[in-house]
Formats: sequence, C-alpha cells, structure tokens
Amino acid sequence: MNEKELEILHLLEQNARMDIKTIAKLIDQTEEEVEMMLKKLEENKVIVTYATVVDWSKVNNHDGVTAMIDVKVTPQRGVGFDEVAERIHRFPEVKALYLVSGTYDLQVVIEGKTMSEIASFVSGKLSALDSVISTTTHFRLKTYKHDGVVFGDDDEDHRMMVSP
Amino acid sequence: MNTSSTQQHRLSETVQQLKPSGIRRFFDLASTMDNVISLGVGEPDFVTPWNVREASIVSMERGFTSYTANAGLIELRRAVSYYLENSFGVSYHPESDIVITVGASEGIDAAFRAIINPGDEVIVAEPCFVSYAPIITMAGGVPVPLETTKKHDFKINAGDLEGLITSKTKAVLLSYPNNPTGAHMSKEELEPVVKVIKDYDLLAVSDEIYAELSYDYEHASLPAFPGMLERTILISGFSKAFAMTGWRVGYVCGPKDIMAAVLKIHQYTMMCASTSAQFGALEALKNGRADVEKMVASYRQRRNYLVKTFAEMGLECHTPLGAFYAFPSIEKLGMDAETFAETFLTEEQVAVVPGTVFGSGGEGHVRCSYATSLESLVEAMERFKRFMDRHR
Repeated sequence: MNEKELEILHLLEQNARMDIKTIAKLIDQTEEEVEMMLKKLEENKVIVTYATVVDWSKVNNHDGVTAMIDVKVTPQRGVGFDEVAERIHRFPEVKALYLVSGTYDLQVVIEGKTMSEIASFVSGKLSALDSVISTTTHFRLKTYKHDGVVFGDDDEDHRMMVSP
Repeated sequence: MNTSSTQQHRLSETVQQLKPSGIRRFFDLASTMDNVISLGVGEPDFVTPWNVREASIVSMERGFTSYTANAGLIELRRAVSYYLENSFGVSYHPESDIVITVGASEGIDAAFRAIINPGDEVIVAEPCFVSYAPIITMAGGVPVPLETTKKHDFKINAGDLEGLITSKTKAVLLSYPNNPTGAHMSKEELEPVVKVIKDYDLLAVSDEIYAELSYDYEHASLPAFPGMLERTILISGFSKAFAMTGWRVGYVCGPKDIMAAVLKIHQYTMMCASTSAQFGALEALKNGRADVEKMVASYRQRRNYLVKTFAEMGLECHTPLGAFYAFPSIEKLGMDAETFAETFLTEEQVAVVPGTVFGSGGEGHVRCSYATSLESLVEAMERFKRFMDRHR
C-alpha cells in the first residue's frame, strides 16, 4: 500500500462522505488517480464499508440496549476459536465480536430492544452453545466516545479571530 | 501645559515611535461581524495533545508550584538539547547554551537586548512576523528591512542582503519557514546567505519556530552550517509544532557569552517561565512526536487543498513550503492589500490579513492561514471565488 492510499484511508475514516474532488486536492493527486485507488481499496476489501456514527441517544423512541459480553469457551482441535466465533457472529443481534487475550476468550457486543431481549439471547442462544463455558454480561450505560468520536464534544474554536 | 502635551510627555519616545499593529485593526473589525470565517489566525487549530495537558495538571497536583531555575527546568533544557541535536544536528549544552523563555517572543526580545548597542542596525528579512522591528527598536537598534519578493518565492537573495550591510550592521534576522509567506529555504539556498553573514562577521538571529512544519524540504537549521554555531542565536518554542500557543514556552540557544547575557536579562525580567507550562513542554518533547507528525500531515493536506483551489480560481500563489500560511497575490484585482482585506471581510465575511502588516514586500498579497477546519476552508474558498468573480 502506498502513502497516498494510506492518506485516503485516514481521510475517509474521519469522514466517509468526503468527495473525490476534495480528496484529490488534499493529497495532491488527480481525481482519476483517487478513483483508481478507491476502486482498488474497495475491491480488496480494505475499505469494508462506509458507515455513519450515530448518537442514538438523541433519537426519540430508540431505546435500544447494548451489552458487552465476555465469553469463555473451550477451543476446538484444529479450528481453535474460529468455529465457535463463526457460530456466534451469525446471530444478527451480534454487532461486534473479538477474540481477546486475558481472562476471557471472546468479547461479544450485542444490541437489543430491551434488557430482557438480551438476557434471553445470552441464556437461550449463547450459553446454549456446547463450547461456551461461561458468560459475563455488561450493559452499556452511556457512550462517551465511539470509534474515535467523542459524543457531545465541545468543538468550539476558542482562538482569537485574527492574530499575528 | 495642556493635557495632550502632558500625556505625550509621560510616554517614552521609543514607544510612541512604534506603529500600532495592523493586525489589531482587523481583529476589531472582524469581531463586530457575525458568521465570519477567519483565515486570519496565526496559531494551530489543534488543542494541545492531552498527554501534554495531563502532564502539566499532574505537576500541579504534585505541588510543583515554585520557581524553576532561571534558565528553566534542567530536564527540559536537556530534552531541548537532545531534540535539537537529533532533529537538526545542532549541539547545545543544556547547562550553558539554552534558556527557556516565555514564548519565543520573549526569546527574540532578550536576544536583541543582549546584542544591540544604540544605533546598531539589524537587517530583517521581510515580510515577517509583526514583532521583529518593534522589538529591535525597543532594544535601541535600527531595523533595516530586506525585502523578499514573490519573484524569488520570498527567499533571501544574498546579493540584496550584502547591499544593505553598513559599518553599523550588527545582525541579520531571518525566519524560515516564514510567517506570513509560507516560504522556506533549503540548505543549498541558504549557503550564499550564510557566506555573506560570515564574510562580514555578523551575528544571525534565526527564528525557527515553524521548523517542524516543513512540508517539502528537510529543515536546515542555521546554526548547523559550518562556522554558524558561534554566531547564531536560535529562537524556537512549543507554540506551533506542539499546538501550545497559550502556554507561552519557548527557548533561546546560542554561544555561551551571548546566552549568559540573555539569562541575565531573562532573570531580571521574567525570573523563569511558568513552571506548570514547562512540565507540559517536557512531556511534549518526550512523547509528542506522533502528535506532531499527525498535525503536520493534516496541515500539508490543507496546504495542498488551498493552493489547488487558488490555482483553479486563477489566483496567483507560490506554493508555501512550510508554516501554515498561504500568501496569494491579489494584484490582479486592482486593489491594494488593505482594501482587499477590508472589502473581502465586509462583503463575504472572510478574514484575511493584508500583507502590508508584515512589512515591505507584503503589498499586493494577503495572508491566509490554513490552520482551520477543512469545512471552513471549503466555505472560505467558495466565498473567495464569488468575490473574485464579482471584482475581476
């Protein structure tokens, strides 16, 4: 990957809606060159998707619940954690899944409408998997920062309007 | 005796002789307006990185609230010494060659007070930072402007420099990367200038506050040239590279005899730089590299954006190689710089600074700072284009 492609990735990670013309100017390339690089990055799935960070707490009637679940599992011969991970991430309510080091093996992020919906997912689906040994569920109470974006951040410019 | 003559009498003649800052007038005008996009700000648009702020807070929590050594925290001077050696290949002893000052501005002031005798001339490459000439005047010296021009991309022409040297010339003041032009001088381009300074046995005061913000050249520090260490006073600080303008921490480095004099002035006027700010600066040097690189990358992108957009609208602008200013020529519009800045502000609510504020060579140009959010830059450029189309 060249430096210009890296620059594109960093720019789009900050603002997925940045147009090609602007990107081209910022990184000192032609629009055609940017389009080519974007196409390549998309084809190679380096750019996986263009998503939006939403502060759902500001949306009326959107009383969703998010939980982070620490899961201990028995790894299986030959496939390690991959097979059980795949079984878990197929559930649509699973938003994120990571293999982690430490006391637990997998961290599952799930979203549901209510706490009981999440409780029934944990007891009915997750714990029911053969290789799952134990689970610890943490409900998210408030989001301060998500994907590098501070929620409710004061981004006011405190500088004087003209200075030497 | 009437009031006005009494009042005149009580002010220093030197101070009365100083011209009021042209920046101030634009600040006052812009402050009365709504919806202004300012390209007139001479400081980074980043907040100081959190680790730096935190280190300063912790120093206060731990009770480091007393004076430091006059020359500054020895740990900080060591860090400055290490940094300068590593980044620019200049070697200063932390015990004797470095003084931590209240911003680079105090450093410039102390440097000139340390070397100027009444009537000494200092050649100042212009356009430049607004404080140089007044500081030289206040120190009893005579600033002699050396005009740099668009024709030479605002670099110093050694022949022009030589032409200004008289028996009274004491020093040459230069600052690259430059505020307001964004110009920079490479090692090769500085060679002939260095030769003149050495041939005439002059001192050099080099304000390298924007050294880190060098986009196309590897920054060549003046004291790194052979034979220059013993005749250069290097001024720098934390404001621009580390986004620490409000902290007021800078430093002066130079040969021992001059630094002893600088320290004498500094201890009588300042005692020491703010202790908590010095702890922040120390953290910046120890763990700030990654943040500086990120900020520099972002300035470079915005520089590219501005230069390309100016070119699209047919506005002549040399490519700024450093700092965070573009200095386009507005001569085509048939207005002088002051009129342009004022009309542009009134009609389109975009604040730029007329080049004339920065001394000779500035006429026909305006300084546009790109240390502002991309959204603001995009909108400012649209307003610029609209204005151009209307006045062409």
